Amino acid sequence: MNEPEPRPSTAPRRFETAAPPHAIPTRSVPAIMRRVLYALIPAAAAYTWFFGIGLVINFAIAAPAALATEAAILSLRRRPVRRALRDGSALVTAALLAFALPPLLPWWIPALGGFVAIAAKQLYGGLGKNPFNPAMVAYALLLLSFPIHMTQWLPPRMGDIDYTPLTAIEQVRYSLFDELPPKRTVDAYTRATPLDAVKEGLREQRSFQEMSATSLIGTFGGLGWEWVSSFVAFGGLYLLYAGIIRWQIPVATLAGIAVPAMLLHMVDPERFASAAFHLFSGAAMLGAFFIATDPVSASTTDRGRLIFGAGVGLLTYAIRTWGGYPDGVAFAVLLMNAAVPLIDRFTRPRIHGHAER
Amino acid sequence: MLTAVTVLTGLSLALAAALIAASRWLPERGDDAVERIERLLPRIQCAQCGYPGCRPYAEAILAGEAEINRCPPGGESTIRALAELLGREPTPLDTSLGSASMDRVARIDETLCIGCNLCARACPVDAIVGLPQRMHTVIARLCTGCELCVPPCPVDCIQLVPRHG
Amino acid sequence: MVDVTFERYLTGGIRLAANKTASTEEPILRGFIPPLLVIGLHQHGGTSAVPIVAVGQKVAKGEPIALPGTPPSTAVHASSSGRVRAIEERLIPTGTKLRASLCIVIETDGDDRRFEGGPHDPWPESREVRIERVRLAGIAGLGGAAFPTATKLEAVAGTCKVLIVNGAECEPYISCDDMLMREAPAEIVAGVIRMADLVAAPRVIIAIERDKPRALEAMRKAVTAAGDPRLAICEIPTVYPAGGERQLIELLTGEEVPSGAYPSSIGYVCQNVGTAYAIERLAARGEPLTSRIVTVTGGGVARPRNVEVPIGTPIHYLIEQCGGYRRNVVRLIHGGSMMGYALPADDLPTTKATSCIIAAAEGEVRESFEEWACIRCGDCASVCPARLQPQELLTAAAARDFDDLEALGLDDCIECGCCDVVCPSHIVLTERFRGAKRAFAEHARRLALSAEAEERHKRRERRLKQIEEDRRAAQEALKAKLRADEEARRRAVAAAVERARQRKRRDAEP
Repeated sequence: MNEPEPRPSTAPRRFETAAPPHAIPTRSVPAIMRRVLYALIPAAAAYTWFFGIGLVINFAIAAPAALATEAAILSLRRRPVRRALRDGSALVTAALLAFALPPLLPWWIPALGGFVAIAAKQLYGGLGKNPFNPAMVAYALLLLSFPIHMTQWLPPRMGDIDYTPLTAIEQVRYSLFDELPPKRTVDAYTRATPLDAVKEGLREQRSFQEMSATSLIGTFGGLGWEWVSSFVAFGGLYLLYAGIIRWQIPVATLAGIAVPAMLLHMVDPERFASAAFHLFSGAAMLGAFFIATDPVSASTTDRGRLIFGAGVGLLTYAIRTWGGYPDGVAFAVLLMNAAVPLIDRFTRPRIHGHAER
Repeated sequence: MLTAVTVLTGLSLALAAALIAASRWLPERGDDAVERIERLLPRIQCAQCGYPGCRPYAEAILAGEAEINRCPPGGESTIRALAELLGREPTPLDTSLGSASMDRVARIDETLCIGCNLCARACPVDAIVGLPQRMHTVIARLCTGCELCVPPCPVDCIQLVPRHG
Repeated sequence: MVDVTFERYLTGGIRLAANKTASTEEPILRGFIPPLLVIGLHQHGGTSAVPIVAVGQKVAKGEPIALPGTPPSTAVHASSSGRVRAIEERLIPTGTKLRASLCIVIETDGDDRRFEGGPHDPWPESREVRIERVRLAGIAGLGGAAFPTATKLEAVAGTCKVLIVNGAECEPYISCDDMLMREAPAEIVAGVIRMADLVAAPRVIIAIERDKPRALEAMRKAVTAAGDPRLAICEIPTVYPAGGERQLIELLTGEEVPSGAYPSSIGYVCQNVGTAYAIERLAARGEPLTSRIVTVTGGGVARPRNVEVPIGTPIHYLIEQCGGYRRNVVRLIHGGSMMGYALPADDLPTTKATSCIIAAAEGEVRESFEEWACIRCGDCASVCPARLQPQELLTAAAARDFDDLEALGLDDCIECGCCDVVCPSHIVLTERFRGAKRAFAEHARRLALSAEAEERHKRRERRLKQIEEDRRAAQEALKAKLRADEEARRRAVAAAVERARQRKRRDAEP
C-alpha cells in the first residue's frame, strides 16, 4: 500500500475554481448606456439644426452637474465612485434631461436639473433602486419651480420670416451671463411650443384646422418638432434593433396617445388635435422610446410593459387635452412609475410547471 | 366653503361610526397578535429569554414589557422579523442571555452519565431518554439546542456540539 | 418512421456559441487504458454501492466490485483488469458537485482481461429480471446526472405515454452524444427499442438538435433500417437549454412537468442516447457499464477529441492522452460551460456523470466577477426557461425573504445559467440562487424543528399537567378514604360506647 502510485509524465495540477455558468456575459451596462447615447445623436443633430445650440449648452452643463452629484453622493455613501461613474447612466440621464429642457435657459436651471436627477436616484439607493425616472423627476421639479423659464421655447428655424434667431455665441452669453443683444428682451426671442399654442387656441374656441394652416404646424406635427420627433423615433428603432429596448413600451405608449387622439379627432376634428400632431409634437417620441423605456423605473414583465406603456400614453394624452400643462409625458411617466411594483406583481408570468394562479 | 365643511364633517362622522361598528361587532382578534409574534419566534421553548416559554415571551413583547432582542436561538433574523411586524427598531441581540443556537445539539458523555434523570426532566421537548440509574442519551433529531439540560447535570457530562458533523 | 422538424421554440433559452467543432474532427478514441483507476462507489444518484472486493485482490474488466446499496442504487464494476490497490475515501465528481465517496483504486495490468463470470443469457424474457440486470450492470443515466437507470425504468410500468430519447446535447462544448450517434447509430437504436419494450412505450421520440446534421443523418438511417413503427426522429431547434428534461418535454409535447414532480408523473420517460447504447451493449454482449464517451476539449488542450474512457480514469491521464495542456489553462471544467462546474485539480477521477472535460484557456471563460447594480432590464426574465423573474428573486435572495422566494418559484430554477449570460450588470445570478436554495433548505429545516419542538412541548405540558392532576386526584382519593375510615372508626367507637352504655344500663336494671 505504500508503494508510489504510477504518475503521468506531469504532476497533478491545481486550478482555480469558479461557480457555473462559465460562459462570458454577452452585454454590459456601459455598452448599453453608450448605445442609448449614440441613438440620441441623430435627434440631437436635428434639434440643433432647428432650435440652435441650446441643447448642447444644456447638456454641457447638466452632464458635469450630474456626474459631480453622483461622485459626491457616492463618496458620502462610501460606495465605489469610479466604477459607478463609468456605467454611463448619469450621462444618459443628463442627455434625456437636456432633450426635455427648453433650449434657452440660464445655466443654473440645467445645473440644478442635473443635481436633482441624480439626487432623486441616489436617495433611493442609486442606479437600479430608484422607483422614478431621474430625468423626469428633475424636469417635473424644474417645471413646477420655474414655470416661466421652463415654458419659453425658441421657434424653429424657418418659422417666422422676420425672426432673427440668436447666434450660438449669443445663446451661450445668455446662458452663462444672462446677457442678451442690446435692447432686446427674452420675450422677443421665445415662442410658445406648438402643443402650447394649439392648446391655447382651442381654449379660445379656434378650430384645429384653422391653426393647422398657420406656420406653427408643419406637414403633420409641430413645425420643426416633427423632424426632431422623427429622428428620435429613428434612434428608438435602432435601440429596438440592437435589443436594448423591447417593443412593448414604445408601441403601447404611442398607441395610448394615438388611439384616443384619433377617436376624438374623428368625433370632433375642430376641437381635438389629430393623432399625428400629438405623436410628432412635444416629447411623445422621446417619452415612448427613451424615457418610458428606462428599465429601472419601468415594468419588467411583458404584459406589465404593455400596461405601463398604455398608461403613460393615455395619461400623456389626458394631461395634454384636459390638464393644465401643454405636455404631459413627464407627469405621466412619474405616475406610472409609482404603479410599477403593483403592475409587476400582478403580471408575473405563470411559472413553468405551475397551474394558473 | 359650507359644502366643504359639511362634506368633510359628514365623511369623518360616517367613517368613525363605521370604525366603532367594526370594533364592536367584528370578532375580537387580540389573541392573534400574540399568535403572530409567537410564529416569528423559534418556538423551541428554551426559556433563555427569561420567560418560561415562547408564548409567555410573546405576550410580554405584546404588552411592551420585553425587548425584542432576547431570543438567542432566533438571532438576528428573528429580531428583524419582529421589528418589521411590530414597527420597532431592530436592536442587537442581548448577548448576556447566552448562546443557545438551533445549529447545535446536546450530547451526553455516556461514560460519565450516572443516570440521575435530571436532564430528561429539564428537557422542554422530551428529547432525552433513559431509565433511572442507566445511561441517558439525546435524540439529536429532536434536540433544539436550548441548553436547559446543561445546568441540572450533577457530573457535567452534557456538551453542545454542532448539529451536522 | 415519422420524421418531424420542430419549429416551435422554448419559452426563454438562448443561442450560444456551440464550440463543438474542435472535438468532432477526429473519431472517438477507443481502447485507452490508464495505469491507475479510481472508481467511486457513489458516482450515481441515490445511495452508494457496497464494496465486495478486498485490497490486493485481482479483478478482471467488467467484474463487479461493488453491489447496489439501498434503492435507488446501482452496481459498480472494474473498468479494466488489474489489482485492487486501496479502498479509501476520495473526492469524485458527480452530476452537480464534488462528493466524498468510497473509492476502489485499481492498478491496471494493461491486459484488459474480461470477466468470465457474468450471466450466460444477459437478456432473459422477464421484464423484472431484465431491469435487475440493468441494475447489476451498473447502468446509470449518461446524460450527466447518472441517476440509476433501473430505478427510472421501474417507475413507469404501464404508464409511459412516450419514451423520449435525448440526443439534443444543447450544452456548449459537449459532443460525446453527437459522436456516439455518428459512430454507433445502429446500437443506439437497438438499445432504444429495448428500453421502449421495458417501459412498454407506445411511442418513442428521438430528439436531436439541428446543429448535428451528421448525427441526424446516421440516426435517420438506423431508424429506417430498424423499421420499428414506434420510433420517430425529431429535429429540434438549437437553443440552450432545449436538452433539459423539462424543457425537452415542453418543446416536444407542449406539456409541462408539474413543479416538484418527475416527468413520469405525466407519462414521459427521458433517456440519454448514451444510456441506450449502454443497454444494448449489456443486452447483446453481456457487458456491464465500464466506460463512457467523454469529450475532452477547450482551448487549453492540445488535441480536443472524444475518448471512450474507462470509468475511474484520473483526468490528467485523459488530458495526456489528448496531447496534454497547451496555452494558459485557467479553469478545468467538469461538464459543459453552462452547468458544468470547475474542478480544483486534475487528479480527480472520471465517473459515469463525466460527459465532458473542458480545459479552458485564458479568455475562454468568465474570469472577471465585477458587477454593476441590477438595472431591472428584465433580459434574465425573458431568457428564463422556467419563466421566473430573476431580478425579483435577486432582491428576495439578498433580503433572505423566504416567503417571497417561495412565491417567486426559487425551487423551479433549473440553474441553467441563461440569466447570468445575458445580464448586462454581470451579476452572478445562478450562484446566488443556489445559495438561496441552500439557505431556504436550512430555513425549512429550522421551521420543521420549531414546529416539532412546539408540538412536543405542548404534549409534554399536557403530560406533566396530567401527571400532576393524577397525583392530586390520588391524594384527594387517599385523603377522602382516610377521612372516611376515620369517620367509620369514630362511628364504630361511638357505636361500641353506646352499646356498652346500654349494656351497663341494662345490667343496672334489676
